[in-house]
Amino acid sequence: MPSQYETHDYDVLIIGAGGAGMRAAIEAASMGLRTGLVCKSLLGKAHTVMAEGGMAAALGNVEKKDNWQVHFVDTMFGGKFLNQWRMAQLHAQESPDRARELETWGAVFDRTDDGQILQRNFGGHAYPRLAHVGDRTGLEMIRTLQERVVASGRHPHRGEEIKVHMECTIHRLLKKDGQIAGAVGYWRESGRPIVFKAKAVVLATGGLGKCYRITSNSWEGTGDGHALAYFAGAELLDMEFIQFHPTGMVWPPSVRGLLVTEGVRGEGGVLKNNKGERFMFNYIPELYRKQTADTPEEGEKYVKKIPGARRPPELLTRDVVARAITREVKEGRGSPHGGAFLDIATKLPADQIKKKLPSMYHQFMALGNLDITKEPMEVGPTCHYVMGGVRVNADTQESTVPGLFAAGECAGGLHGSNRLGGNSLSDLVVFGRRAGLYAAEFAQKQKDQPGIDDTEVERLVREMFVPFEREKGENAFTITEELQTSMEANVGIARVEHELQQAIADIETLKPRAASVGVTGDCRFNPGWHQALTLDFLLVCSEAIARCALERRESRGGHMRVDHLETLDEFGTFNHIVWRGEDGRMQLRREQMTPVPEDLAALIEEKKKNG
Amino acid sequence: MASHSSGPTVSVAGKKHRFNVWRGDKEHGELVDYELTLSEGMVVLDAIHAIQATQAPELACRWNCKAGKCGSCSAEINGRPRLMCMTRMDQVIDEGATTVKPMKTFPLIKDLVTDVSFNYRMAKRIPAFAPKPKDERGEWKIYQYEVDRVQEFRKCIECFLCQNTCHVLRDHQEVGFAGPRWLVRAANLEMHPMDQADRIEVIKEDMGIGYCNINKCCTEVCPEGITITDNAIIPLKERVVDRAYDPLMAFWRSVTGTENK
Repeated sequence: MPSQYETHDYDVLIIGAGGAGMRAAIEAASMGLRTGLVCKSLLGKAHTVMAEGGMAAALGNVEKKDNWQVHFVDTMFGGKFLNQWRMAQLHAQESPDRARELETWGAVFDRTDDGQILQRNFGGHAYPRLAHVGDRTGLEMIRTLQERVVASGRHPHRGEEIKVHMECTIHRLLKKDGQIAGAVGYWRESGRPIVFKAKAVVLATGGLGKCYRITSNSWEGTGDGHALAYFAGAELLDMEFIQFHPTGMVWPPSVRGLLVTEGVRGEGGVLKNNKGERFMFNYIPELYRKQTADTPEEGEKYVKKIPGARRPPELLTRDVVARAITREVKEGRGSPHGGAFLDIATKLPADQIKKKLPSMYHQFMALGNLDITKEPMEVGPTCHYVMGGVRVNADTQESTVPGLFAAGECAGGLHGSNRLGGNSLSDLVVFGRRAGLYAAEFAQKQKDQPGIDDTEVERLVREMFVPFEREKGENAFTITEELQTSMEANVGIARVEHELQQAIADIETLKPRAASVGVTGDCRFNPGWHQALTLDFLLVCSEAIARCALERRESRGGHMRVDHLETLDEFGTFNHIVWRGEDGRMQLRREQMTPVPEDLAALIEEKKKNG
Repeated sequence: MASHSSGPTVSVAGKKHRFNVWRGDKEHGELVDYELTLSEGMVVLDAIHAIQATQAPELACRWNCKAGKCGSCSAEINGRPRLMCMTRMDQVIDEGATTVKPMKTFPLIKDLVTDVSFNYRMAKRIPAFAPKPKDERGEWKIYQYEVDRVQEFRKCIECFLCQNTCHVLRDHQEVGFAGPRWLVRAANLEMHPMDQADRIEVIKEDMGIGYCNINKCCTEVCPEGITITDNAIIPLKERVVDRAYDPLMAFWRSVTGTENK
């Protein structure tokens, strides 16, 4: 039967070719394993290219006092202590090596005056910590990794050549006897099915921003990895925590949600309301009071790197800034199109703005018809990142399904309830490498690939093509839009019990409609069909977000409950776990967190005391 | 950098506008007429998406970031090679019905999607980055002035509009010319202060740099504003010429036993 389909056999199959997926592939192939890399788009187009500000790594180039311990504490503070401490520790310890490694592979970061990698300020980071290239750091990273992938198996690199399957979408994972065995998907171009046999699989599919209407994510951010893992019986962690980036474009409508880098604030940009007030001074949380400037003058000094000055409140964590903007707008102090003003024009000379923030200058000029060297930008929150994800072992990135690994945005745990800017690009390479390494080790231990179940393959292939039999069925784009509208309205930045229940009810009504969706045309490069097959990914992710959000009756990080505004100690001791029950329904439980070891806990306590 | 000019804002909101979009495959195809009501700030890619969502769900196009950063949505808009996501309707509305066609240089797959695999094959032919060893701290001293020109090349988003526009690739793909994108890539590697590989022979023979007759069409269409011809191709041509034909340089090499970079 399998001979009927195009079948590929790998030791390690990696799904997703952004930063994490490519880094995992490089690691597995360098160990001499047969490595397959699957991506929905062309190679090098993944959402990582959109990352702007930089990669957090305590290199200590700009501020000698920086080290992994400080980075660890900052990450735990940012996540409001819901992070898996071990991941936060590994991430802080290993990211400097990963940054230097990228340089060795050809990345060209901006430089300090004495020829080292330059680092910039970002929200929640105690010191200038982000290695960057202007405001196109993600592009630099993806190109560097892409070139390494292209060079795999060739001089001067040892190891296997990575086989890249571009424009290929995975529909479901395959298991045999409880262990991962491969995947079934289709070529986007021809629509032909494709079957992968693998000893180990790494999910590196990124985020799920497309569950929302206003998002910085591209069409690819549909939670494929989250859903694939869920369908395969793996557990998802802390799905209620969505990061709404405080500064998305709000005007014109066609670009609403498009990201405006935090680098603008890192370089000294300030937020103002329609009265011209720097309102962030009114929103400094107690936890951050000791580290934050009291006056605009002190904030300016900090940006100019004058010792002793504390950071301006614009550089508070993203959850805090996003909520502040939402509140200003709600209380009538918003900008004309419902956002806040972000001003860099009066803070930096025009040539400096163009040098340090070239793509922001370009983006506003070309799409918003606005010169940011002369006028303030209008910005507002946009769905940007999911902190929750596949529950993984902190060291190996293995999920609760043997042989299934996850890394990058689709894995949960590192960021707790809120991610610090810059911690994503470092996450990708630190845990991408680890996932590749441990998936390879897992594969090496398997004598043979466990085999695949032909009837299961047959069933899944048939399932993919069913929408073509319902030409008169509903349009997949309509259902997507209804889901996004409900999620935006009911599970957005400010949440309340009855709206969350409404979202869950909406999702329940959309499920049968999604299952009877129809497709016109044939299977060659057919976006309507592709969208139809994405619906159950979006629905699973949305349901997980809404159900976890309903259960968390407090506010913390990226999750704000209007009906439970306080952060409660009792909610700070467990994570939410979601999985697919025997009956196919979503299950949810609380899982106690492992306590932070004494030495690391002491670092956190010290910062709480002294700021 | 035609696509960057902002110009005065013309509100397009509420206006009805016609689009002629190429529909078809290798065998046959035609321009199909669609009508849409425009909204404020709309770009051509928004229009394609609106057609997809309401009139033709099977209309194929590539896109990702919708912000000019990934280089996926390249097309020919009213005959000009551009990114659909960065072409505002108010810039083209005065030209009548908007025609959207796939890139012409690459074989058509379907509608606006072309087969750009040529580029991925080319990428493999360029010898990879071969760095010098690092110091004992695992670092390099590199100064900003040393990497300014390389950083310009690294802005490339691989939209392949330069490849699409290059008339050597349009009309004479059989000669084996790599095209501007890959010469930019080669220049990036050759001018990286820490690289020690020698690609001059590859650039001359495999990549066929001699076929470029510096018409600069590639530079004109680059949405990232990379000065492809002047900053990447011409310096590489000079290096090739120095190596191949300069008797003084040949003498110097024979005396010193070195390859100059």
